[in-house]
Amino acid sequence: MIHQGRKVTNQGSQLAGRAALLAGCAALLGVAGIPDLVLAQDSVAAQAPTAYRDLPFIGSRNLVWIIAQLHLLLAGFVLGVPIFAWLCEIVGWKSGDKRYDKLAKEFTKLLTSSYATTALFGGILLFLLIGFYPKLMAYLTDIFFPSFLVYCALFLVETATLYLYWYGWDAMAEGNGKKFHIFLGLLLNVFAFFIMIVPNSWATFQASPVVLAEGTDFERAWAATWNPTWWPVNVHRLIANVVLGGYICGAYAGIRYLSARSQEERYHYDWMGYVGNFIGVFGLLPLPFAGYWLMREIYQYNQQMGITLMGGFLSWLFILQAMLIGVLFLGSNYYFWLGITHRIPGSETQYRKPIMAMLIILLLCLAVWMTPHSLVASLAEAQQMGGTHHPLLGVFGVMSAKMTVANLMVLVTFMSFIMYWRAGKQDTAGWAKVAKAVIGAVLALAGIAVIVLGVWGYFVPAIIRINYFSTSQVGIVIFVMLTITPLTALLLKSAKTTTEMVWGRMPPRAGYALVLNAVMVILLMTLMGYARSSSRVHWHVYGVMRDSSQYAFSPALGYAAALMALNTFLFCMLVAFIFWVATMGDKAKASAAGAKGKAEPGGIPAMAGGSQTLDEAASDASVGHRPV
Amino acid sequence: MGGVLVRPIILTVLIYLFLKFIVPTLPHSAPLPSSLIFLYLMLTTAGIVIFATLSGASKDAFFGPIFRFLTGESGGALSSARYLVLALFPLLVGWQTYGSTAFSDAPPAENRTIHPAPPGEYTGLSNPVPKTPDNIMYGKGLYASRCSPCHGNFDGKGFAAPGFTPPPANFKDPTTIAMLQESFLFWRIKKGGVGLPVEGMPWKSAMPRWELELSDEDIWKVIMGEYDGAGQKPRTWDESE
Repeated sequence: MIHQGRKVTNQGSQLAGRAALLAGCAALLGVAGIPDLVLAQDSVAAQAPTAYRDLPFIGSRNLVWIIAQLHLLLAGFVLGVPIFAWLCEIVGWKSGDKRYDKLAKEFTKLLTSSYATTALFGGILLFLLIGFYPKLMAYLTDIFFPSFLVYCALFLVETATLYLYWYGWDAMAEGNGKKFHIFLGLLLNVFAFFIMIVPNSWATFQASPVVLAEGTDFERAWAATWNPTWWPVNVHRLIANVVLGGYICGAYAGIRYLSARSQEERYHYDWMGYVGNFIGVFGLLPLPFAGYWLMREIYQYNQQMGITLMGGFLSWLFILQAMLIGVLFLGSNYYFWLGITHRIPGSETQYRKPIMAMLIILLLCLAVWMTPHSLVASLAEAQQMGGTHHPLLGVFGVMSAKMTVANLMVLVTFMSFIMYWRAGKQDTAGWAKVAKAVIGAVLALAGIAVIVLGVWGYFVPAIIRINYFSTSQVGIVIFVMLTITPLTALLLKSAKTTTEMVWGRMPPRAGYALVLNAVMVILLMTLMGYARSSSRVHWHVYGVMRDSSQYAFSPALGYAAALMALNTFLFCMLVAFIFWVATMGDKAKASAAGAKGKAEPGGIPAMAGGSQTLDEAASDASVGHRPV
Repeated sequence: MGGVLVRPIILTVLIYLFLKFIVPTLPHSAPLPSSLIFLYLMLTTAGIVIFATLSGASKDAFFGPIFRFLTGESGGALSSARYLVLALFPLLVGWQTYGSTAFSDAPPAENRTIHPAPPGEYTGLSNPVPKTPDNIMYGKGLYASRCSPCHGNFDGKGFAAPGFTPPPANFKDPTTIAMLQESFLFWRIKKGGVGLPVEGMPWKSAMPRWELELSDEDIWKVIMGEYDGAGQKPRTWDESE
């Protein structure tokens, strides 16, 4: 306990030290910027209220863009991780498998490390917004002041809960203490959810404002909060945060796996990478549907905003989005497939054909998704096509086609996971043949139905397609998941394990695939963050408060893409730095332990979501090597 | 060179030939722009690399011959052929760089936004004219006299159409007016090509500014006639409309 106490104190001081260092850097930047700010102010500012301030060279908009994006990405991670850390803890508690508890604690360690930095960037962003956009901030404060107070209160209870959750982990490890700890995890997630939706109301108000001319402060704030895009953004961000958190944890595991020195570490980080990728995919499957709902609400709220996004100058962002999501789907599936061919010895030949079929379907779907409605063509090419729409492939450029292939890609990815889950098992149940026939039939019928609805969608009014066909496609895919998942679980309950799954034998490219997935999801969030913000065009608050600064124009897509890439790079560097600092102590301990003991050669057999008996056998056989 | 590499190369070449020469011959098709062919070939390459690296054995079988060739371990004639690669590769990069940076009188690739966002004052407008057979017929009459010379029988193939680049819109195509609200068409007909924002390249549209000849009511009637004649329905948010 003394050792634990010292460890806690060290972690606390590390945390405070990091916060102080970053705060110092921010203060230095602020001091360096003061003369510029003063110089940049208009001389008439003394007579009239200042509406804007600027910074030379970088510009106020770019600085706010960078800081806001970094804050949002950090916040996404900080709000996404507690969800699955808590779920892992529950799994560990219910199953008695200490690996899950250790994993949950490791996730929470990453969360705790990032929390202070997130708050720090939030503070910097607030100061910058007040400084650069005083008029806008005064207007928003006037409307949202009651929710500012709520936000402050939420932040206080969230911070207190997080500290109790993290520092009390070992003290509340058993019995009723564990139950209370899990309750703290629930509270942490509830507060985190509200911390996310309150600022969402401010951002969505800017895009789809609801302004009451009369009423109390509370009534005005509530009306502004409950604006048309608030809940679509809440749902979309909640899912996206899980995806971001999962893939970042996966990338962390991937890097730790690549740099692992002992078999025990390789085992643990291979498994953690698998869990991270699984969480990312789990969130990725419903994400396109949430995005579709959000876009539908935006289009319905305002035709101009909808067309600017989906058909106007921002529509190219959705082609880039298709490419990034495509890489994400391919990367996630690739990791699953590598898991089958490397963790299950001798399975390569057996699964090569189904993998090839799934890869071909994914690539065909991706080709459709990436085909723009208006093609980039030279004058001669456009003349040959009769315009920039291709007469045949132009049909791939509209939502009916995009929704169809998105659903098919989700189906394939789901089946990829099911294949991974079933790999190395032999069904023994008498009804296994019937069950497999049902699975095959459900899958085939679902695929056909999704395609038929997609094609039919071209021949019905848009509102019928949007309200019935697209939702039916989503419903079919959800039905497939809800049918096949329990059926597979039942089949596996009585299945015989033919080949043991061996952890820690993945090739280095699996680790790189995990890192690639994380980079893709960060790029994706920077891209769509820009799309959401730019859809307001020259308005601070759409249709209510016009942007009259020198930056009241939409940056060119190339310029925006460069800033998105910069933000992604900065975020990756920031996260790498935070994680490096957070794991410094572990590495020191590992080196000390390494000096005493010797790492075991070869893989350590364990089961992935399969036979409990063999899992226990493996546990008994290698209890000394398992990271419990 | 290993046999494992031959199949991917043949596959890539076949896909290129299919996209370049077979797709344009399909009914209602046209040649694909190079940007799209490049995109599809990139996807093919990605698929090949993913499949080839699924296992250690397949990765070695795929990259082994390449590494052996580049390191000169393959021996024989191939060993000296790598010097040819050493000489040709920089030339290829140089040619590519020259091609993309040298002065050219060819116009740049077009990236026009066909359906840009309408100005705020046109959003949310609904057709004030009752949808009666008389009004639809009246709209079709106006369409026949004003629009059909270019847009033809709602298919974009009027007698004057061959004179325009880009060609007039085909309203029967389910990816044109069926995707748009009536207020969008009202704006486009009223303000014409010159009313387009910059991303819509107003200089690339010959659409007349019909507000100079037609009243607002007539424009709404033309819109009704247009949808009826093309067999399409406008995008709405109300299923009863």
